[in-house]
Amino acid sequence: MDPKLALHIHDVMVQSRQTEEALIRMMRSGHGYFWIGGPGEEAFGVPLGLLVDKGSGPAHDYLHLHYRSSCTVMAMGTAPIDLLRQMRSTITDPFSGGRNFAGHLSIPQWNVVPGTSTIETQYVTALGTAWVQRRHGGTGISIVNGGDAGTAEGDFASCLNWSSRPGQELPILMIVTHNGIGISTPAAQVQNTPALHERAIPFGIRHGRVDGNDPQASWAALQEAMAYVRTERRPFLLQADVSRLYGHSSSSGARPEGGRDCLSEYEAKLADQGLLSPQQAAQIHERWREHLRDAVHQVLKEPMPTKDDVFTHIFYRAPD
Amino acid sequence: MANLAQAIRLALHYGETHLGVTDIFGEDVGPPLGGVFTATQGLTKTWNTPLDERGILGMAMGIALAGGKPVAEIQFCDYMFNALDLMKLAGNAHWTTNGGWHLPMVVMTPVGAGIHGSIYHSHSIESIATHLPGWKIVMPSNAKDAYGLLISAIQDPNPVLYMAPKALLRVKGDELIPGEPADERELHRRIDAPLGDRSGWTPNWPPVTDFSVPIGEAKVCRTGDRVTVVGYGHLLPACVRAADVLAQEGIACEVIDLRTLIPFDLPTLQRSLDKTGRLLLVNEDTEVTNFGEHLLRKLVERCFYSLQVPPVLLAGADVPGVGLAWELERHSVPQEEDILAAMRKLATAGE
Repeated sequence: MDPKLALHIHDVMVQSRQTEEALIRMMRSGHGYFWIGGPGEEAFGVPLGLLVDKGSGPAHDYLHLHYRSSCTVMAMGTAPIDLLRQMRSTITDPFSGGRNFAGHLSIPQWNVVPGTSTIETQYVTALGTAWVQRRHGGTGISIVNGGDAGTAEGDFASCLNWSSRPGQELPILMIVTHNGIGISTPAAQVQNTPALHERAIPFGIRHGRVDGNDPQASWAALQEAMAYVRTERRPFLLQADVSRLYGHSSSSGARPEGGRDCLSEYEAKLADQGLLSPQQAAQIHERWREHLRDAVHQVLKEPMPTKDDVFTHIFYRAPD
Repeated sequence: MANLAQAIRLALHYGETHLGVTDIFGEDVGPPLGGVFTATQGLTKTWNTPLDERGILGMAMGIALAGGKPVAEIQFCDYMFNALDLMKLAGNAHWTTNGGWHLPMVVMTPVGAGIHGSIYHSHSIESIATHLPGWKIVMPSNAKDAYGLLISAIQDPNPVLYMAPKALLRVKGDELIPGEPADERELHRRIDAPLGDRSGWTPNWPPVTDFSVPIGEAKVCRTGDRVTVVGYGHLLPACVRAADVLAQEGIACEVIDLRTLIPFDLPTLQRSLDKTGRLLLVNEDTEVTNFGEHLLRKLVERCFYSLQVPPVLLAGADVPGVGLAWELERHSVPQEEDILAAMRKLATAGE
């Protein structure tokens, strides 16, 4: 990997980790009600965001993201402060105007469709954007991600089935980020195999598995999978094994749970390669920490929704 | 005159040729069948889906998010229950994103009893559907409205649930749809697929227009000053016939076809009730937390001092299903004689 890219990935990973930790601190300080996010998924989610064909409309990629994807949209260019705004529930929250939980993303100008708390429904809405892209042609694809526990839902099977119908194959990149646990239930209690990507086999869907704690391996796996979906206009199921460093959400305390830390592993690797010293890494962490401190102070000054905001945007009205 | 199924087909034809409908899909919606009620025969944008209601609704949402204009069908509303969270998501996407996204999509589904449909082909779903904010919800009771409401649903930039009363799908209208041939045999020859092999058949569509019935506008079907009767869908024609019987007895009842459930036409209902002081609400959904109860509450709040007698809701029995045997269905779902009796009783109550 080009050293410049390797260092850029690292920078966004730090930005993302620091943002998630700032979100947790905000929640604990009473500046937000609930935290859910994806610290531990940066090594996979950042390359994903950097590889997206970003734009509006079916010529570009659609993203059906679950709630552990802040690193992906930050890699696309979302400012950390916008994620803090959603935690604070300000009216300036660009994703939901103070209406939805942290990490429930919506960015129309980049085809990031509404994120929801309903597990796995994103796998069926992805069918529709991919259907339009199949008709549109070009290289735009639909990317959908979710966790391992959610694959038990029927919507996951629906995505496999609909996207692989003979002659009607859809350009969908299905991603499962496998952290081995659903809230408190270990995957081994509820699934017969950790190789969830093999569920693609009976549908004839190409599939793969990658160490999602390794950003360079993730980059390569995503590049390969995306190239296939973009050119062949067929689905691909990619499993990325990742960590869940702060638990499911604030409902379980948002405290460190252990497991492999992709960021510290990556920093050790970059040090071995002579690309980044521990001191330089520490400076990057401090830069983002300071950036987020300022951003939190800014967000705390921003306006909250009012009573009147309850009743806006129930129905869309086209401009006259 | 066209029947409701033909009217729906004509509106979809207009939608796919003039209003930008990109996809009309559902189970058995495309060739060779063209819909279990024939409502999608001969159209060009139709296709068949897997037997997967959640997939159908997700597909519709995704198409709408990507700039398409989908019309999805759930073959019977009885099979929508396993997909209600997707309905909820479609309805709330505009609000939850603070106006960031909107979903221009139509979901059609046959509803109600009246075809000996037994437990899982007789459900009504309006009481549940009207609990899904962000959806507009319409239900025609005649072919012309079926056409006009579907045109409006397609033109609307929001999710619209189009409920088709299945007991009326074969019922012919008494008003021509603009552009419809006056001779119904000609219409049949032009747009009804032949039985058997249809592979060589193509329809010869009549020149239908953009005639529409505005969403949110009720229709006063009979005028009167004695009782206000509010219905929609399947039981509305029975309300009209009952009013005609009473009119011959000198009792003038005002029958209002709600046509749109969300957002409903409260001013028209209020004007009528202020005039008559007597209210009968009629529908076939089960009575507990029935949509009619919401109408009742709104009208009592606004017209309390106009009421001369307690208002009445005539609805389906609160039982787990509509049984197949006729006596079971007959006593589960209001029938024409029940409506007539209720109207007569209200007309003379308090005297």
